[in-house]
Amino acid sequence: MHMARSEGGDGMNETKQMKSIRDIPRDDYFVRGHGACPGCGVAIAVKNIARMLGPNTTVYVPASCLVVFSALYPTCAWKVPYFYTAFENTGAVIAGIKAAYKRRGKDTVVVGMAGDGGTFDIGLQALSGAADRNDDVIYVCLDNEAYMNTGIQRSGATPFGAWTTTSPIGKKIQGKREFKKDLDAIVAAHGIPYMATLSIAHFNDFVRKVQRAKEVKGFRFLHVLTPCVPGWRSEAAKSVTIAKLAVETGMWTLYEVDQGEEKLTYKPKTMVPVKEYLQLQGRFRHMSEEDITTLQNWVCKKWKEHFYEEIPVPPCELEKGKKDLIVDEDPLHGV
Amino acid sequence: MKVISADHAVAHGVRLARAEVIPAFPITPQTLIVELISEFINDGELDAEFMPVESEHSAMSAAIGASAGGARAFTATSSQGLALMHEMLYAAPQNRLPVVMANVNRSLGAASGIWLEYNDSMPERESGWLQVYIEDNQEALDMIIQAYRIAEDRSVMLPVMVCLDGFVLSHTVERVDLPSQEAVDSFLPKFRPLNVLDPEDPKFINPVTPPEFTMEMRYQLDRAMEGSREIIQKVDGEYAKVTGNRYGGLFDLYNMEGAETALVTLGTATSTAKVVVDRLREKGKKVGLVKLRFVRPFPARELLEATRELKALGVFDRSISFNGFGPVFTEVRNALHSVTYPITNHIAGLGGRDITFEQVMHMFDIVRKSAEGEGTRECTWHGLRGAME
Repeated sequence: MHMARSEGGDGMNETKQMKSIRDIPRDDYFVRGHGACPGCGVAIAVKNIARMLGPNTTVYVPASCLVVFSALYPTCAWKVPYFYTAFENTGAVIAGIKAAYKRRGKDTVVVGMAGDGGTFDIGLQALSGAADRNDDVIYVCLDNEAYMNTGIQRSGATPFGAWTTTSPIGKKIQGKREFKKDLDAIVAAHGIPYMATLSIAHFNDFVRKVQRAKEVKGFRFLHVLTPCVPGWRSEAAKSVTIAKLAVETGMWTLYEVDQGEEKLTYKPKTMVPVKEYLQLQGRFRHMSEEDITTLQNWVCKKWKEHFYEEIPVPPCELEKGKKDLIVDEDPLHGV
Repeated sequence: MKVISADHAVAHGVRLARAEVIPAFPITPQTLIVELISEFINDGELDAEFMPVESEHSAMSAAIGASAGGARAFTATSSQGLALMHEMLYAAPQNRLPVVMANVNRSLGAASGIWLEYNDSMPERESGWLQVYIEDNQEALDMIIQAYRIAEDRSVMLPVMVCLDGFVLSHTVERVDLPSQEAVDSFLPKFRPLNVLDPEDPKFINPVTPPEFTMEMRYQLDRAMEGSREIIQKVDGEYAKVTGNRYGGLFDLYNMEGAETALVTLGTATSTAKVVVDRLREKGKKVGLVKLRFVRPFPARELLEATRELKALGVFDRSISFNGFGPVFTEVRNALHSVTYPITNHIAGLGGRDITFEQVMHMFDIVRKSAEGEGTRECTWHGLRGAME
């Protein structure tokens, strides 16, 4: 492959400071031909992160949708070195690769790109180990809020009330009964140099955070909310709209912790009721008024923790029989 | 010359082999290895990256990442740690990554204990790792150095597990001669990785592989394991040229000339058995010993050749497959399926129980009886309290 090298500078990844979407380099390192679903939030995030990290990058992907749709022997959508071994070891493998590069005098960005299951659940221990050692790597969590690769099973990242194949809508219990695990607080508690939450709908913020992660040394953690068309039972064309609503409703908060200093990077002008976010996704369509109110309460509490602003809980009034829900009925989607 | 434990001998071997990345997690009786390695690194005697990982699963994951990144990687473990690594063990050979690991043998599972048994490493015969079992502290040091030379041979490119007896070796001091760094450097060249993650020459390693391609990859690995027999023999000879220490490669023979009956042993039980063989030879008994070293690759053809003239053979096992026999016996009988003399299995020393002179003497006695056509059990447990069924 042709390797684009920058002029001057000491590394292949030297680029000008990226501040907005206009500054994203045009060279792709995660290229077309991959097998992601239309509207896949993971593909949008990965393609743009790869552009910003540049050619002097090595990628490790654990078991996930990405491992399946980015490289199926003998094809590969990566133009940078790519490695896969297992599900739960992203933190350890990227640290090992980086240690080898240090021995070889290579100043290469080593990035692990794991899903929410591979980060919140099975990979949490190896993630904690790498964060604790402050290994000089970037860990990206592509959070689509369930085990999508195996066919939409509940994870620690799945929000309250959501349908998954292991939190089904039963006669007795409907959807997940626990709230989303606050992984970012767990990661931040390690005192790592940089961590941030990202959205594929707030791209200037996205660009600035990837840029910051690239320039900081030590363990860096980027957590991206990545809507999933088959898993969220949503419309492919609405992935970015849904990602935007996640932020506007407070379901997803954009912030960063840079050298120990926590900073909100975007505050919605007003808090949009969570119902607006839920309505576009089939995974929530069964939710009762009571459950939606429970979730709304959780969001208001979270909002207060982040923005120091008391928000009265908006009343939840479902218009019976007029649910504006798009449901993907393709039974093979995500399986 | 130093008087050191086998764990420390392993650490010196790692230092002399100039391992570059060492992810480590403590577990008894392995811990002395990584403790001394971390001392070497902190004292500037070994220039390497020490990674204090949070589990053995991560130790093997990091070693695999480091090897794929182009560095000479080492780690060490025991028992439960090896079992926790099990998933990752398979990734090293199948990605052709020549990691070297010391496994200090210790019993696995309940009845819980920290003492010697081979039921931790024997199940990993199927993982694609080469496995060598060690008799003494000098061999522990020498085999770490040899292991890298074998593992990194272009025709092998497979990981090697150096197995040594917990406590009996790991915590017992013996005289060990340390080869000079110059001698080791002349024997072991710098690591030249085959498949390496390098942005200047991007490759994708271990993508999801559909059925159209997997069988060929497995076959290549099987052939590499087969081909490693020759490399093991060659490396043993070359190491002897540099250090004077020779181990016989796949296995070693002791008093097998003219032997009519013999025992196959591995690990430290070999030393006890050698004393027994000496006593029996003094009495004019035609007995010999096969010191099995490599269980993978298993020296099937070579063993058949070495035991062809026997009248009976016994096989020692320090673990049980819960199918009536131990794993080494199963391997040996498979290799010797064409012979007509009786082969008996001898289970001893499970859970760290001592293997005594008398027990080994009894093993030879059973082998003699089987040669003379007297009725013997196919498998005898030695040192068992109470009678066998």
